[in-house]
Amino acid sequence: MKTDELINALAADAGRQKRPVEVVLDWSTLAACIAAAVIFVLTIGPRPDISEAATTGRFLFKFVVTAGLAASAFWVLLRLSRPGALRRGDWGLLLIAPVLLLLAVLAEFISVPQAQWAATATGQNSLNCLTWIPLFSIAPLALLLPALRHGAPTRPALAGAVTGLLAAGIGATFYAANCTDDSPLFVVTWYPIGIAFVVGVASVIATFIARW
Amino acid sequence: MRPEVDQRLSELMRKALAGDEAAYGTFLREIAGVVRAVARRRLNSGGGIDPEDIVQETLLAIHLKRHTWRASEKIGPWVYAITRYKIVDAYRRRGQQVTIDIDTIIDTLESEPPKDAPSEREITLALEGLTGGQKQVVKSISVDGRSIRETAQNLGMKETAVRVALHRGLNAIAARFGKRT
Repeated sequence: MKTDELINALAADAGRQKRPVEVVLDWSTLAACIAAAVIFVLTIGPRPDISEAATTGRFLFKFVVTAGLAASAFWVLLRLSRPGALRRGDWGLLLIAPVLLLLAVLAEFISVPQAQWAATATGQNSLNCLTWIPLFSIAPLALLLPALRHGAPTRPALAGAVTGLLAAGIGATFYAANCTDDSPLFVVTWYPIGIAFVVGVASVIATFIARW
Repeated sequence: MRPEVDQRLSELMRKALAGDEAAYGTFLREIAGVVRAVARRRLNSGGGIDPEDIVQETLLAIHLKRHTWRASEKIGPWVYAITRYKIVDAYRRRGQQVTIDIDTIIDTLESEPPKDAPSEREITLALEGLTGGQKQVVKSISVDGRSIRETAQNLGMKETAVRVALHRGLNAIAARFGKRT
């Protein structure tokens, strides 16, 4: 088949189009949040003292970090799913949540006596954290990876990793509503491990399914 | 891509997205010339990759992923990103790694016409792998240059069925491209 002949066929197919990739990603992300919420409520649910906890800065700050991570990952994913759309500054967005967390860690070092640092970082829920964050990320990932496939990521592994970051950000947000360890020292010690696992898995899956 | 060229091609693509087949044909022919120039330059020491295969695979990708272009944006960077991806992907399938920086050379490139082609292109192999109905429809519209309506009459099908078969056939060709078994 010559190129001109191929063009005949492509032009004849002009009328059939798919939804814009942003629209699909918007709806998939919404669905991912709902799915994670349902699974969260059906399994561990929020901690019993959540209304008291919600008055403390440490508890609320966890959501700044996790939801911030999800939001920045969502933005970068929108860019990564369209060829040539990524701007150099976009990567900086992904640093916002980690930098905020590190600042909070510094503040915690000042406000908590040194003798308690190790115990605070170890916490009571490390195993829960490592288990539930990936588990709450499964459904979001299952909804988001097809949306990535609908797009056209020119760097599939990277786009997959950011998809994993979004899914894990959603998963971690719900887990944080259950976890009773609110110190930034705990968050910085354990959350990244669970999140990194999801990011790695998503990246590997994407290299197989997100090529086009 | 020079701004006036980008504007003209963007306008054609906007019309195409509104269903204008003629504008879309013009757009694709112009884009083919640009992609060909990039591919030839990049595949000089090509490792057995035919630039025209890259052109065809890139056109297919542009077609199937045109919902990832925003009408408010320039079309040049989008086209180049897809071309770059398809070249890198062609090397990857042959087990080679390449890095490509198209942006630095792109403004100097002139559109290039196709050379006389060997008949056994990747796309021909992909086309032959289609199921009977899809193959007939795609061949009729591409190689024979028939319209949707003529193809429908010729094959005794409804026009909507021809459109569906064409669409699915193009998807299948894109999926098979470069994956010889």
